[in-house]
Amino acid sequence: MNFDPRYSGRNFTSVGTRPIRPDGVDKVTGRARYGADFNMAGQLVGRVLRSPHAHATIRKIDTSKAEKLPGVKAVITAADLPDLTDGDAAMYDILDNCMARKKALYDGHAVAAVAAVDARTARQALKLIEVDYEVLPHVTDVDEAMKHSAPVLNDTIFTEGVEEKPARPSNVTTRTQYGHGDIHKGFGQADYVVERSFKTEQTHQGYIEPHACVANVSSDGTADLWVCTQGHFVYRQHCAQLLGMEASKLRVTSSEIGGGFGGKTHVWAEPVALALSRKAGRPVKLVMTRDEVFRASGPTSATSIDVRIGASKDGTITAAEATLRYSCGPYAGMWAEIGAMTAFACYRLENVKTVGYEVLVNRPKTAAYRAPSAPMAAFAVESTVDELAKEIGIDPVEFRIRNAAQEGTRSSYGPVYGPIGIGPTLEAAKNHPHMKAPLGKNQGRGMACGFWFNFGGQTCTDLNIGMDGSVSLAVGTVDVGGSRASLSLVAAEELGIAYEQVKAVVADTSSLGYNDMTDGSRGTFSSSMATISAARNAIKILRERAAQTWDIPVEDVVWEKGHAIAKGEKYGNLAALSLREIAAASGKTGGPIAGHSELVADGAGVSFATHICDIEVDPETGATRVLRYTVVQDAGKAVHPTYVEGQYQGGAAQGIGWALNEEYIYGKDGRLQNPGFLDYRIPVCSDLPMIDTQILEIPNPNHPYGVRGVGETSIVPPLAAIANAVSNAAGVRMTHIPMSPPRILAAIEAERGG
Amino acid sequence: MRYIRPLSMEDAVGQLAGSSGTAAILAGGSDLLVRMKGGFIEPDLIVDIKAIDGLGEIRETAEGYSIGAAVSCALMGESAALKREWPGVVEAAKLIGSKQVQGRCTIVGNLCNASPAADSVPALVAAGARALIAGPGGKRTVAVEAVPTGPGKTSLAKGEIIEAILLDRRAPRSGDAYLRFIPRTEMDIAVVSAGVNLTLDEAGVVKAARVALGAVAATVLLVEEAAEALIGRKLDEAALERLAKVCSGACRPIDDKRGTVEFRRKVAGVLARRAATTAYARAGGK
Ligand SMILES: Cc1cc2nc3c(=O)[nH]c(=O)nc-3n(C[C@H](O)[C@H](O)[C@H](O)COP(=O)(O)OP(=O)(O)OC[C@H]3O[C@@H](n4cnc5c(N)ncnc54)[C@H](O)[C@@H]3O)c2cc1C
Repeated sequence: MNFDPRYSGRNFTSVGTRPIRPDGVDKVTGRARYGADFNMAGQLVGRVLRSPHAHATIRKIDTSKAEKLPGVKAVITAADLPDLTDGDAAMYDILDNCMARKKALYDGHAVAAVAAVDARTARQALKLIEVDYEVLPHVTDVDEAMKHSAPVLNDTIFTEGVEEKPARPSNVTTRTQYGHGDIHKGFGQADYVVERSFKTEQTHQGYIEPHACVANVSSDGTADLWVCTQGHFVYRQHCAQLLGMEASKLRVTSSEIGGGFGGKTHVWAEPVALALSRKAGRPVKLVMTRDEVFRASGPTSATSIDVRIGASKDGTITAAEATLRYSCGPYAGMWAEIGAMTAFACYRLENVKTVGYEVLVNRPKTAAYRAPSAPMAAFAVESTVDELAKEIGIDPVEFRIRNAAQEGTRSSYGPVYGPIGIGPTLEAAKNHPHMKAPLGKNQGRGMACGFWFNFGGQTCTDLNIGMDGSVSLAVGTVDVGGSRASLSLVAAEELGIAYEQVKAVVADTSSLGYNDMTDGSRGTFSSSMATISAARNAIKILRERAAQTWDIPVEDVVWEKGHAIAKGEKYGNLAALSLREIAAASGKTGGPIAGHSELVADGAGVSFATHICDIEVDPETGATRVLRYTVVQDAGKAVHPTYVEGQYQGGAAQGIGWALNEEYIYGKDGRLQNPGFLDYRIPVCSDLPMIDTQILEIPNPNHPYGVRGVGETSIVPPLAAIANAVSNAAGVRMTHIPMSPPRILAAIEAERGG
Repeated sequence: MRYIRPLSMEDAVGQLAGSSGTAAILAGGSDLLVRMKGGFIEPDLIVDIKAIDGLGEIRETAEGYSIGAAVSCALMGESAALKREWPGVVEAAKLIGSKQVQGRCTIVGNLCNASPAADSVPALVAAGARALIAGPGGKRTVAVEAVPTGPGKTSLAKGEIIEAILLDRRAPRSGDAYLRFIPRTEMDIAVVSAGVNLTLDEAGVVKAARVALGAVAATVLLVEEAAEALIGRKLDEAALERLAKVCSGACRPIDDKRGTVEFRRKVAGVLARRAATTAYARAGGK
């Protein structure tokens, strides 16, 4: 179909309203089915044995005692998941992460699994598995891992992206570089230069629902998987490839999802559950405990970042440079690279250079976390920008406005921007009443900007019109933030019918073509584009049916407000046909009416935000309180404003937790000390103020309604905004995140002492 | 696993004393059930004490108050008399957990779980509270600080059950207060805590004082030197400075995931000082 995705200004009827979400009642009454709510007759309980060591060679695994325990139906190790990845290094890493092959690479790395008739038997069986480990020296800190003396995790890794191949293997897998201009020249022109170093600790996405699935492999080789995921099509691809199945033989159904934030873009338990089911010949349910979720899934990178920025007296940035080191866990990633791309994306720079180093450490494999890698880079850059503004003596908002990227600016990571929102969010922040509100004793205000690319990707959608004129919309992007409501609004808008007439569902992998997962803020952006396309295809058929009914040429039939209308004087007395009427007659006019769409949603518009926050610091204890928080962000077009605001608030809330208290704490033994919500401190309700939001709408030229992704950008500025606020309140620059009370108190004391 | 719900203390003590294997006393269960669910313990016998006659009551006695071992912290918060006389003890009990946990948890459970960070314990120690213990050999009374002996360990013998916590009637011009430091606003474990209990003379001079610190050693510390820093003085700046210094010095903290040695030392002093200021005001001091 020749679908035209370009933006056309129009007046909306449904889009922009705030109806109740279709999944709401079931969620608040407990009826909604999450991952662990699926059950099958005869299902077994799967459990995973995990390495207690941060780094160890697995000499031998003896499962014989466990196999003999009554009630145990299958025990598997890496031998039951043979390597079928055929040279695909990324897939091999996923396989090795699901079940350690030669070495356990972090505390919590899976080494074996059992399926038994009940949880107690499964737990007992795990205790009977004997693993002979040779414990190796480990390294968990990103800077330590880069040192020559550090234990090397993988001796086949020689740093890529450097001019000469290094003589010896190391934990640095890749060096990447971005930028343009000549920074030496730029720093030469600077009147002021500020240089700072920063660290951020590793955090977890903290989704409330642990990973859960039920796998059922039939003796004919076909299989079903019910799972909590952000992308069931991707899970199908990965599981099928790892288990040696044809993709179409594996049907994956996604459950409701209790949070993912990037952490459910990756398979962990699912291939294991399938392998157990295959071996046991029975369905297997595998639910990770919170302890396992922390030790073995998620987390984001820990980082160490140096930033140098120079500016002239008039407040123009003349040069900017950053070196970013990101931990990847034990497998190569491109986390530092994304940090290097996003670091200076908010600014119009003549001379800029960023260098990223991907670093292996004995921690769980890094997974995406909401605008992955961008918050840490923004923390380092926006802190330095604030310091520089202070040195020059310019207001930090003014300084940013002066240097903000615009339409036509060449971004620090390469592309030239179209219409963008950084300038407008800064202006809105500057004029926001929050900026002028008075501050009390020990209180400080901070602000910061953030950027995220957004993503489009492969999308496939079906729109079916029932004979009663109601519309079912089947989409392939998992609903993580209210997208079923938003997509129903879009279908209603395009068809000219009421929102209540549309019901959206997330279809399983056998019912639709491939869809990329819900990541990169693409859910509503891409699936709304596909929904518009599918609706337009359905409208074409609706018009044809009307033309057939009236016996006139289809070109003379237009679609308006949910009706087919015969256009022109000569049809003056033909009453319009409603969607309902055409649907009711469809059995006699050619059968069911449907619209299909498959497309690659290109042109996801980049997104910017500016956040403002006020913090109070207790100078005697280092305790912090977030007093006020405001998010200003460009949405392109807010399809369902309440859920857009929810995304803004959610990102800010997660950013606040990350900035203040969340961190992975490893002991000297390389074991995670705080794998639970008691000591991994996400904010509780009373820690947060009401988070105010302001939606700006700068249409994305590449979407019919101007939509941009909104899910991720909101977590980019908080680390920096809060760091700036805390630094202002405490009178000392905070360079290490999280800014937990002990760190703040130590910084205050050091400042007092020195 | 066997679960029983005896109706009398004699029965409960008898069942416990006669049990073979591991046995656990169940009050609110907000520690016990969590530990069972986590797989840390698998008791063979669980003795639920909540149905024992009288254990769910707060009684006013000639000497003061007897708080039954099954009294929830929420119930303590509803006792106007207790709140008036021992505001520090009640505010400590009310800090435990959330509204849901409050309806279940008890100060005896908090004491017997023997966590160095237990919230109600420093307040009870500062208050000079005693535990009434029923056991196979009859009843005995001990100071609460004699119950926990180390993390997760108590001095209770097999078959012994704490029946009640006893608090004295207040002397005139007395006040107590409890403060804890947590990084969040609730649902957290004390990184450091301090309980202070003062009695003043008519001139506002401290006549008697008890100062207890939590989460800075293996058990709650009763810091006598801190009390001495206050006794015989009004709560002037110098006394408060000295109190903070002594408390910081008395700590024997560790570096762990919840805080550093440095941090705990410093904040112990800060909290003791702040709690003393509140207790002093509650005692009517100016
Ligand atoms: C979500 C949550 C939040 C929490 N927050 C806090 C907090 O903020 N501060 C805090 O200090 N604690 C907190 N706790 C821990 C717990 O709630 C408290 O320690 C509580 O006071 C325990 O009381 P309980 O009656 O529930 O004890 P139980 O779990 O019933 O018992 C605890 C222990 O004491 C023993 N025991 C109970 N009664 C007796 C008795 N009469 N004689 C002898 N032994 C006995 C039990 O055998 C067990 O070993 C929290 C727990 C949860 C689950």
